[in-house]
Order: sequence, then C-alpha cells, then structure tokens
Amino acid sequence: MAKVTLTIDQKTVEAEPGDPLLEVAKKAGVYIPHLCYMDDLPSYGGCRLCAVEIEGVRGLPLACTTQVTDGMVVRTDTAPVRELQRGVMETILSEHPDRCLTCHRKIHCLPNWICLRDDVVTDRCVTCAKNQWCELQQVSEFLGMEGTGRFYEEGRSWYGAREEIPLERENPFIERDYNKCILCARCVRVCDEVRGVGAISVTYKGDKARIDTPFGIPLHETNCELCGACVDVCPTASLMDKTTKWAGLPDKLVSTICPYCGTGCQLLLHVKGERIVRVSADAEGAVNKGQACVKGRYGLDFVHHPERLTTPLIRDNGAFREASWDEALDLVASRLGDYRGEEFAAIASSKCTNEDCYILQKFARVVMGSNNVDHCARL
Amino acid sequence: MSTFEGLKTDGEAAWRNYMGDTKPLLQVGMGSCGVAAGAEEALAVLRREVTARNIPATVSITGCNGMCFAEPLVMVTREGRTVTYGEMTPERIPALVEEVLVRGGVWAEAALGVSGEEEWQGIRPLAETEFFRLQERRLMARCGVIDPENIEHNIALGGYAALHKALSGMTPETVIQEMNQSGLAGRGGANFPCGRKWDFLRQAKATPKYMICNADEGDPGAFVNRILLESDPHLVIEGILIGAYATGAEAAYIYLREEYPLAARRLRIALEQARARGLVGDNILGLGFKCNLELVVGAGSYVCGEETGLISSIQDSRGMPRIRPPFPAQAGVFGKPTNVNNVETYANAPLIIAHGGQWYASMGTERARGTKMFSISGHIVRTGVVEVPLGTPLRRIFEEAGGGVGNGRPLKAIQSGGPLSGFLTARHLDLPLEPQAFAPEGVLMGSGGLVFVDEGACLVDMVLRYLTFAQDESCARCTTCRIGTQRYVDILERITQGKGRPQDLDTFRWLEGVMRNGNCAHGQASPTAVISTLRHFPEEYEAHIREKCCPAGVCPLPAASPALTR
Repeated sequence: MAKVTLTIDQKTVEAEPGDPLLEVAKKAGVYIPHLCYMDDLPSYGGCRLCAVEIEGVRGLPLACTTQVTDGMVVRTDTAPVRELQRGVMETILSEHPDRCLTCHRKIHCLPNWICLRDDVVTDRCVTCAKNQWCELQQVSEFLGMEGTGRFYEEGRSWYGAREEIPLERENPFIERDYNKCILCARCVRVCDEVRGVGAISVTYKGDKARIDTPFGIPLHETNCELCGACVDVCPTASLMDKTTKWAGLPDKLVSTICPYCGTGCQLLLHVKGERIVRVSADAEGAVNKGQACVKGRYGLDFVHHPERLTTPLIRDNGAFREASWDEALDLVASRLGDYRGEEFAAIASSKCTNEDCYILQKFARVVMGSNNVDHCARL
Repeated sequence: MSTFEGLKTDGEAAWRNYMGDTKPLLQVGMGSCGVAAGAEEALAVLRREVTARNIPATVSITGCNGMCFAEPLVMVTREGRTVTYGEMTPERIPALVEEVLVRGGVWAEAALGVSGEEEWQGIRPLAETEFFRLQERRLMARCGVIDPENIEHNIALGGYAALHKALSGMTPETVIQEMNQSGLAGRGGANFPCGRKWDFLRQAKATPKYMICNADEGDPGAFVNRILLESDPHLVIEGILIGAYATGAEAAYIYLREEYPLAARRLRIALEQARARGLVGDNILGLGFKCNLELVVGAGSYVCGEETGLISSIQDSRGMPRIRPPFPAQAGVFGKPTNVNNVETYANAPLIIAHGGQWYASMGTERARGTKMFSISGHIVRTGVVEVPLGTPLRRIFEEAGGGVGNGRPLKAIQSGGPLSGFLTARHLDLPLEPQAFAPEGVLMGSGGLVFVDEGACLVDMVLRYLTFAQDESCARCTTCRIGTQRYVDILERITQGKGRPQDLDTFRWLEGVMRNGNCAHGQASPTAVISTLRHFPEEYEAHIREKCCPAGVCPLPAASPALTR
C-alpha cells in the first residue's frame, strides 16, 4: 500500500497507513510519554498517557490507538496535552511510591547521604532497586512531576495506611512486588502474546485488581517458563531479577551470543567492573528479537562460579590434573589413532554452533571413516 | 418442519383450552419480584387448596405485569374477564380460594382491577387505575398474561407473526427500511438509531456475522429487561431473529447476567421450544433462513454490559472493554462482524415489522419515537415497571404510576440511568422522558431505571455508594478509571466523616477531566454522579464540608451545623 505523509510537531513524516501513531512518532524522534505500549504488540490503551492533539479530531486521542492516515496533523507538546498527561500521571503516582519520582533533590543524592526530605528510611528513593533506571521515573521526569500532588494525604495512597502486598519470591529467578505495580499489563501481554505462555493475568477488578497467577499460586508452580520477558518489559520495580535486583546500574552493556544452545540468541551482558551483574535479551538480536529462555537469562552465573572449569583436565592414575589445551588435544589425537571406522562414534553438544557440528561430522566421516554421528538434542 | 400456519392453529387451540370456558384459570405472577415476595409458596398453597378441595380450576403461572409493588399477584380468569389480586401471600391464598372459587364471588376489596374496558361486578378496569392509565402497553402486552414457559401462548397472541412476515414477504433491505422509518433508537442508553446499526452489519463483508442481545442489565435500579425476559422471552427471541434476517447474521447470542437465574431458566425453556418448532435453527419456518441462537450466562461483571466487554466475555476472555476501532460491526465476537443491541431494542423489532415503521413512529415525540419501559423504585408508593410513550413527563410516572413518596417527606432527587449517570432534583419532574431532554441536565435517561429519593437520604452518602460501585466494577484497564474512582471514594468517604476540605470540590472537577480520557463509558462517565450533584445539590456538599454536618442525618456527622447550635 502507498505510504502516507503526516505532520508530527511540524516534522513531515512518512509511514505505512494503519501504523500506530505512537510508533511512527517514536521512529521520527518525537517522544510521546507512555507506559503500557510495547513495540510490535497490539495497543492496550491502559496507561492513558500518550494523548496528543490531532487536527480535526475531538478531544485528546491516544497516540497508541490512533492509526496514522494521510495528511494527519499531530501536535504532541501543547498545554492541554501536557496538562492531561500530568493529570494521568498524578493518578498513577497516587498509587505508587513517589519519593524517587518527584523529589527535586533526587539527582544530587547518592546512597548513604542524608535525606534532605528527612524521609523514613524505607521510603527513600535509594530504597527502590529500580532507582535511576526506571521507566516510570523517566516519564515522571519528562513531564516535570514535582511536589506531593493532590492526593498526598488521602488515606489509601502509598504512604498512608495502605495494606502492603507481600512479595512473591518463592522461585529462584523472578521477584514480584506488586506494591509498585501500575497495572500496565505489559507483563501479561508479553507472556501471552509474545511467549505464548499466559502464566499471569489481570485478576479481580477495581481496587483489588492485580496481576497474578491462577489462584495466586507461586510462579514456578504455574506453566511459567521463567524466561524473564516480563521483567524486561516492566516499567517499574514490580518485576525484578531476583539474584541481581540490587546490583545497580551497569558500567556498560556488552552484546554477545548465548553459549547454551545452537539457537544463538543475542544477549546483553550488563557489566559492572569485571563482573556480569545481569543478563537481558538483546532486542537487536536477529534470531531472538529481545527474547531469551531461562538458561540464557538466568544461567550465566556460572561465569563467575569458583568451581568453573577454566583449563582441560587429564585423568592420570584415576585423578584429574590440570593441563594445557595443547597437551590435552595431543593426547586425544594420539589415542584416536587407535580406532577406525565403525569403532568410532561422535556425539555433538547442543551448545555447539552449526559450524562446529558440521566440522565434527566431517571429521567423523573423512578422518575417522565412520557414519556414527549424532547430537545430544536428538536424544 | 412445521409451517407458521400450523403453529398458529396449534397455539390458538392451546390458548383457548388454557383460558377455558368451563373452569376458572388461576395464574400466579412468577417474576423474580413475585418469587421474592413469596409467589412460589403462594403457588404451592394454591395448588394444594385446589386439589384438596377438589375444585375444578386450572392453576398456572404467568410473568410479571409490572405491578411489583403488589406482589405476589394472582390473576383469576372467569367468563372471559381476568381479575388481578394483589399481595396474595401464602396466608391469604385460602381466603382467595374460599371467596372466589368456592363462593363464586369476586372479593372486590382485594382486587386491583379487571381486564377489559368496562367495570365488572364492582371492580374497575385495571387500565383505568393510576398505575396503568398513563401506560401504552406494546412490549408488555403479553407480560403477566401468558405463561412465559409456554411458546404456544406467545404464538396465539401474535408471537412470531412478525418473523414470519419478514421471512416470507420482506427483503432484508425492506426490514431495515422499516426499522429506519420507525425511528427506533437503542434502548440500552446510548440511543443510537437501530436501523442504521443493523445496516452497518448488513454491509459488512466478512462472514459469518453475529447478532448479540445484551441482557447484562447491571444498572442498580433497572429491571426492565428482566421483566421482559421472565414474562415474554419469545418476544426478544423473535426480535433477535428478525435482526439476524435483516443483517445476514447466521448465529446469535443472548448474553445474560448471572444474577438473573429465573430469566436464564425461562430463556432456556423458550429456546428449546423454539428449536423444537423450527423457529430457531438451520431452516427457520421452512423458509430457508438459518440462525442459531445460544444463551451465554456471564460471570458477574458490570462492565460486561459494555459491548466490547461483553464480546470478550462471550469469547471466554477477561471481561474488559477493548480499544475501538475496530468497532463490533467490523470485528466483534471471534473477530467477525457483530451487532450488539439491548433486550428492549430487539423486543421492539417484532412490533415494528408487524405494524410498520410508520405506526411505530406515530407514538412518542419528534426526536424520540415509540414507547419505553421504565422500572421505578426507591421512595415511592408503587414500585414496578411501566411502559409509556417517550416524552411522557417524569411527573406523571412519579405521581400517578408511582403514587408519590407516600411517607410524608418531600421528593429530593431522582436517579436515572444507573451509576454512570447522575441525580436530578425535584425541580426536574417536568422533564419529558426522552434522552435528549436529560442530556442538558448532565445526566442520562439511560436504560430505564428511575430511582426516586426522598429528603431522608443524604446525597453525598448516595454518591459515595455509586462511586464505590463504579470503583468495584472498574475492569482495571485504564489507570484513570481504576485509580480515579478510588480517589473519588477516598475523598467522598472523608467528606462523610466530616474531614472534607473546600478544595475537594475542585479536585472532583479536575479529576473528572482526567477521567474523560478513559477508554469506555465506565471510566468516562463514572464521575457523573459527583458532577451532577455538585451542579444540582451544591448545598449538600456545602453542609458536609463547611458546616461539618449531614442535614439528612445519614453520615456519621451531626444533623445540624455545630457552629449554629453553639
């Protein structure tokens, strides 16, 4: 279909007809605050933040549910738009701890500094594990949310007598803290629509509404694959990697290929100093497009494990001793010379790449003269 | 396969036999309202008495004729005249049997009225009583007359004739033409022209197409659909089938709320009987039209009355209204073109097809055609369901049909259209009952619920209850609705405890603006109760916030201002 041309904040933009306006704007470099929209998934229209002005359209429609049409004229930065967005944000913040969001001092303070607001210790910004890499915080900053808001003193807002929801941390990988949840349902949608698992859902309604498993059973007792996709999309500190929750911000991100299987998922290693503090799936990955499984995501802690093998071992008189690669390979080559043809079989690991496996079967057939070739994933 | 003529002949014979020339017919009104008032026990006692005393009489059931205030009702038919007796509790049944059946009298003191236009043995016609005389009974013509569990009665009294007429002599286009001409607008509250809506579905390309009947009547104070479904379910089924024929839908669902178990039972029976007679299924009346109709019972969520929430629920998904577009006419249930109408809207279709659009349009006002059922409740003498031409003044409903407040207190407020609408004052009694007249007052006429409130009620407290309901029923998709309603409840609660602040009223207005940004009517309109009372009853808030008192004495506050009593 022919492309359409529209104007977003005086910029002329070309797009496919029917694309969500929010996505078109994002590609054109215009940021429209949002908390529930996810790339490539149907719009949910839950957070109600991405309101914009469109010429000829009544009210302030949402950018995520508006499909672009030819000649559309969009403004994202007008006073009514920002006022509404701040209003929506204010309702969201009335259900969320906001010290980390609206304190004018927060960028100056570091852990262990004296809190200028003199907050109780558990309410301070630094007590949130997502502080400074939180999407809610970014949106809040973008919209210039400041002060305490209209609902500060209401009984059920965050700092009042609100009943605390116990953390769910029974499984080894994902920690769920629904006190900080804003019910954007990203986790539900990624679990259902991307992973095809559907382990969690929005349960109940009204003020009792909560993301939860069926009947509130622990995550690992559901059909959850513990892939962590929900953690990646969570805009708050509700879903965190349990083991690395408090590791803080990484110094750098390193893109790599998962060593576990031949799929070759692209992962992002969050590196702090010399250590991998967290692993997430790389959205740029051609094979996995931002997804990973439990092994790649939570299984790379072996890298820093004290018992990890770092050199080949040779068994001498019933006991292992460390050896160099040259020594080990020479030993294998010399002993393999004793066998030929049917006496030999090769089994490849699924951690090997396709290329490695190809070389192994070539070696088996050409050098060893055997067709006994297999692969552990076939078993 | 039975022909319609055959069904009609059978039905008429069954009806003649039922009405009986030789022995009297006793019908107990078995709507939910009757059952709640003890109709089941009354029926059991009546059966026992008649059997024990060996009286030649037919004992049967009927639906509710709208006189919920006088339940349990017993209708006695002799010599072609039906006398309606009110408040026939099990204790009074033996007296009825004694007076009427044994002695052959009429027991005029206990009679509410008699059928027909003339007085009969000292009993005045029901149609001339205050409750009835302003009514125009079209939809309710068979309510409280026939046995709702017997399809033959419905057919004998004109049921399925319109379907037969449409299938045998009209094209889908002409059906829609008639609907357009009638000016019928959706009765669920949105007031969208029904013919146009059907036309959208008819023009949709994808198949199969679906018809859905919205019987999720969740508004507190509205029970018009329940009365129809419990008293004449076939009227609704016929209307859905006519709609399916006009739009080319080959499957239809009735989505019924879980809280209507009796309506569910009656609908199941009705569907079974209709299927057995070839009125629902693959070759309806042998005229080559196919439509399968199924009953789906919800799980108890208010927002499933919103059409896209309802569609999700039919699909076994969480009942959450979804983002539009696409609209149901393009992609509704199972992603296929779908039309959703209210029970009462469908019930009008057979009347329009049978009598013509012009006939229908002659009733009502220029901008609101036809008749509409209203359920009246609250602080009035006679609660129940009335059917009046649109445009009837609210005052006539309140004073004539309802009989006024009756406890000596003046009327304070009128709540119309359920929790997403608001409150009117006694000054608004002269409003005509048409949606267009209500809108400028900031409220909806809605689906038919009218709740009258006397001076003994505190509106701040009532609004708190309405907002608590809206908050409980938020589907939790939109933050504005889920959290906004909670904040309304918080602040209203605080005000009823005497901790209100003057700026709370600004917060109310501000928050309404934010909530207008919600996805569905639930989120957008749930502040209406607050906003309409701010407009029409500012003195109530004034008293609670500034004077710290509750004039009605409902809230935990002094009834008069502490400042004044000091």
